[in-house]
Amino acid sequence: MTLSMRLAPYRGVLRARWRETLQYRLAALAGFGTQCYWGLLRLMILAAFYQSGPADATDFSFAHAVPYVWLGQALLSLFPFRLDGELADGVRTGSVAGELLRPIDLYSYWFWRMTAWRLAQAAPRCLLMLVVAVGVLPLVGLDEWALTAPASVGAGALYLAATALALLLGVAVTAVLISMMFWTVSSEGAMYVLPAIVWFGGGLVTPLPLLPDGLAAVLGYLPFAGLMDIPFRIYVGHLAGAEALAHLALQVGWLAVLVVLGRVLLARGLRRVVILGG
Amino acid sequence: MWLYLRYTATHFRTQMQYPGSLGLQVLGSVMFTAVEFVGVWALLDRFGSVRGWQLAEVAVLYGVVMVGFATAEATGRGFDTFHRLIRRGDFDRVLLRPRHTVLQVAGAEFAFHRAGRLLQGAAILAWGLVHAGVAWSPARVVLLAETLVGVTVLFLGVFVATAAVTFWTVQSLELLAIVSNGSVDAGSYPATVYRRFMRRFLFFIVPIGTVTYFPVAALLGRADPLGTPAWFGWAAPAAAPLFLAAALLLWRLGVRHYNSTGS
Repeated sequence: MTLSMRLAPYRGVLRARWRETLQYRLAALAGFGTQCYWGLLRLMILAAFYQSGPADATDFSFAHAVPYVWLGQALLSLFPFRLDGELADGVRTGSVAGELLRPIDLYSYWFWRMTAWRLAQAAPRCLLMLVVAVGVLPLVGLDEWALTAPASVGAGALYLAATALALLLGVAVTAVLISMMFWTVSSEGAMYVLPAIVWFGGGLVTPLPLLPDGLAAVLGYLPFAGLMDIPFRIYVGHLAGAEALAHLALQVGWLAVLVVLGRVLLARGLRRVVILGG
Repeated sequence: MWLYLRYTATHFRTQMQYPGSLGLQVLGSVMFTAVEFVGVWALLDRFGSVRGWQLAEVAVLYGVVMVGFATAEATGRGFDTFHRLIRRGDFDRVLLRPRHTVLQVAGAEFAFHRAGRLLQGAAILAWGLVHAGVAWSPARVVLLAETLVGVTVLFLGVFVATAAVTFWTVQSLELLAIVSNGSVDAGSYPATVYRRFMRRFLFFIVPIGTVTYFPVAALLGRADPLGTPAWFGWAAPAAAPLFLAAALLLWRLGVRHYNSTGS
């Protein structure tokens, strides 16, 4: 069997899930409107802080913060706030047994399925957001809040790499959570606690460089920074050169750790699983 | 009212069947508020103040919004899941019963896990009030009570209004989060933070700014740079019942418009 034939089922699942998720256009549009509003609200709040405080309060300027906020809104759905409902139900109801019968690697199947799901959710919003944040805002006289280009061509390229890693990292986090469901069945507990951690640790509540320096340093080493903060800071040029590369390496490291953890948990979970029902 | 208490007691018994799950839910919702407040604190720590408001003063504002939102959310939680009722056609059953539809939907669920958020909001509010140096007087005590009731009523109105929209859309629209969760966020900072078009929205459309900013500014004895007189703080919470009345009107229209999806 050639490699491309081996990969065919995963490609298929990626494509099918992508199409399925795109069906809900109205929901996507509504979500988009919400995100524009949030972005504007956050920027107004941040702008007020920058105007109220001393000029040397931070090396992370308002010009850095603007793309940081818009990118956060544009890519919101790339990040692991929610589990893929169907997969989680599969573990809870036992229908995962059916998937075990397929002659494919279950972890890879999950992984690419979730990747497609997140991509399909994020891509249309992201494009629309670019149109609004780059094109519409300057037209209505809010140009200081418009999304600017990456700090340099190099920063743009590194940003793309970091965002791809962030996508995979987010999927790896959810894969760990779903695997944990073999033990707890109701993963909801973790899903109540996780979003708050991701929000904060990723820099969506407050951009990480604006947190107290000690706290920002600790959060910078956790995997959640790799979900949002690192790509965004590369984009605006707050992380550059060797420092940016080191942060990419951190993302790769966490991705490897989480994928291994997810595979181990899944293998153990499958060994002890008893499917209920016929 | 008696019926509503009966609903509530039933929900309490149901939810206590799963104490572990309830505990985690409480933890989850507490965490959310906690990280948001840490975010507010961090910004104030770095920049010192925002439009002249110090941490303790922003904490009062934040606490008022949190307490009002949590109270409203716990009582009006049924509206949150209302779109399911509509989609499955189950609203038919509600219509058949000889009780008010708003009451039945409000009692359809009761979110006890919001208790955590309520306590937390109350703690932040208390801390803020102690440190902001409020010059207490009987009038100010009345004002605080009035503010808390106003914010609660406003959020109830928000829940009713967003649920009423599903009579037309069937689907729950994420867009409506602007009105509910967006109001929490927007109300947590003094209204002077926002640009004029946003302030207009927060004062006149969904008046969360009106019922939080003016009363709290009056409570703290701050002059309003927007130029309203001091007594206006005492009058502003009246916007909340007006908004609720409008929301109930929309609800009535919705019920009349309702076409069952079911068979």
